[in-house]
Amino acid sequence: MEETGKDPKLNRREFLAKGLRVSALVGIGGLAVLTVKKSLAGETVWQLDPSKCIQCGRCATNCVLAHSAVRCTHVYAMCGYCDLCGGYFKPGTKTLNTAAENQLCPTNAIKRKFVEDPFFQYSIDEPLCIGCGKCVKGCGAFGNGSLQLQVRHSICVHCNQCSIARSCPADAFSRVPAGKPYLLKQITLENPK
Amino acid sequence: MPWPWPLVSWLVIKKRSRTGVFWASVFSLAYFGFYRQGCVCSIGAIQNVTLALFEQSYVIPLAVLAFFILPLVFTLFFGRTFCAGVCPFGAMQDLVAFRPQKTDPRLNAILGVIPYIYLGLAVLYAATGTDFIICRYDPFVGIFRFNATFGMFVFAGTLLISGIFIARPYCRYLCPYGVLLNWVSRVSWRHITITPTECIQCRLCEESCPYDAIDMPVTDGNPEERLVTTRKLILICLLVPFFAILGGWTGSRLHETLAGDSPKVRLAKTLADPVKSRHQPETFEITAYKSSGKPLAQVYDDARSVLRQFYFGGWILGCFIGLVFGIILAGRLLTRYRTDYTPNRGACYSCARCVDYCPVEKNGLVKMES
Repeated sequence: MEETGKDPKLNRREFLAKGLRVSALVGIGGLAVLTVKKSLAGETVWQLDPSKCIQCGRCATNCVLAHSAVRCTHVYAMCGYCDLCGGYFKPGTKTLNTAAENQLCPTNAIKRKFVEDPFFQYSIDEPLCIGCGKCVKGCGAFGNGSLQLQVRHSICVHCNQCSIARSCPADAFSRVPAGKPYLLKQITLENPK
Repeated sequence: MPWPWPLVSWLVIKKRSRTGVFWASVFSLAYFGFYRQGCVCSIGAIQNVTLALFEQSYVIPLAVLAFFILPLVFTLFFGRTFCAGVCPFGAMQDLVAFRPQKTDPRLNAILGVIPYIYLGLAVLYAATGTDFIICRYDPFVGIFRFNATFGMFVFAGTLLISGIFIARPYCRYLCPYGVLLNWVSRVSWRHITITPTECIQCRLCEESCPYDAIDMPVTDGNPEERLVTTRKLILICLLVPFFAILGGWTGSRLHETLAGDSPKVRLAKTLADPVKSRHQPETFEITAYKSSGKPLAQVYDDARSVLRQFYFGGWILGCFIGLVFGIILAGRLLTRYRTDYTPNRGACYSCARCVDYCPVEKNGLVKMES
């Protein structure tokens, strides 16, 4: 202290600063250690659980993107390939054809293709889909529930807090590891769960 | 992305180059802002870290943890160089600060409490797993993504336009991460200095700081009498705990209001209100509750436990805000004497503007006016 020739008062301040600096470093380090134990090397992404989803339609409107990152996915293994498809036709449709007034989808995003009598294949035109879930509701009420909503990670901007998750009434959104980013229901004859 | 921190710190501490810091901030705005679209950011990472500490099932990605820890560590060593040249929010506001005006120090002190409240609320909501409010009320992410909602656009526009005259309004009066950096920066190992060697009291730097973060010399001829200082100290020792307890009590009284944003509490309230549930169309939340098959008692239990968390959280949050208020008041009551013009370590963003105003060169000579 004497060699520096400084005011002793100043040295006390320096000593305090040093002490606080070391304790801050220890504090930050401690916090890091505590949280590192619960961290994972990869990223997480947002995904919705179709088994919780009630098709309220908020996915279409509450995404930060104008055209929501939630889209309908078709699990073909579960599909009954019905002629009268609850996901494709409005209830009470008389003639089962692709006329616009018969379709449940507001954006004509479901394509119906004849396979063999009496089976039809339904596919989603994803760029057209707005994720409103109308077809999902129809399919779940009448059919096997092969149409399911999922967050498309090629479109999702990966917000830290998903704004759809915040407004989801069924608490269906969660963070999932990026290595396993989809939560589709896969109920088939081989996997009857 | 760990390299911008050492680079900016080197530009500030070693090179003392405003131009360098300026280009670093332009780059950060372009890269972290418009290219990476501002999410995840260090400010929002507070909530991820809090959630990781309080919720067992949440795992935090290492990248998010690095976004939280690295700026704190660098600030502990070199001051708030992160704010100067890495944070895209700061960079954007720094670039529009064309006509910074002096602000009233009293008003500054009062508005300076807001970040503490914001931090406290953000931690409370993240710890209870209710919401990430920093992300919810983030003004600039919509600009980075070119898809701001109207409200967000107005908020960001207000901040940026007022930022022409009141430099960095978000950083100074809102940023919750700035609170942590402020604390850490106060005890930093190195910090930017206005003069490279010795201050010659020329007053040239007095007006240079757009953020009013330069402490003027206080060398009053007749220092305060001992009795006056003692009285002030006694007053502070009484006031600070008083404010802390008052704040805690207020916070605990407000716990129901605070918890009103929790979906669990809202659901229980709707279910408990027979008039509402009978006469109004069924909400999606009720539909979801019915299809989930959860017993009603469980819903009430969940809501009660959330309310309990908010009661304790309200006490802690209130105490914290009261304590901060008291300490800021104490800081304004006490006089600290200093001889030179120095950047205020807590408030200084290390933008290095003041450096160019100082006529003292490294070899101790005064620059000659051309």
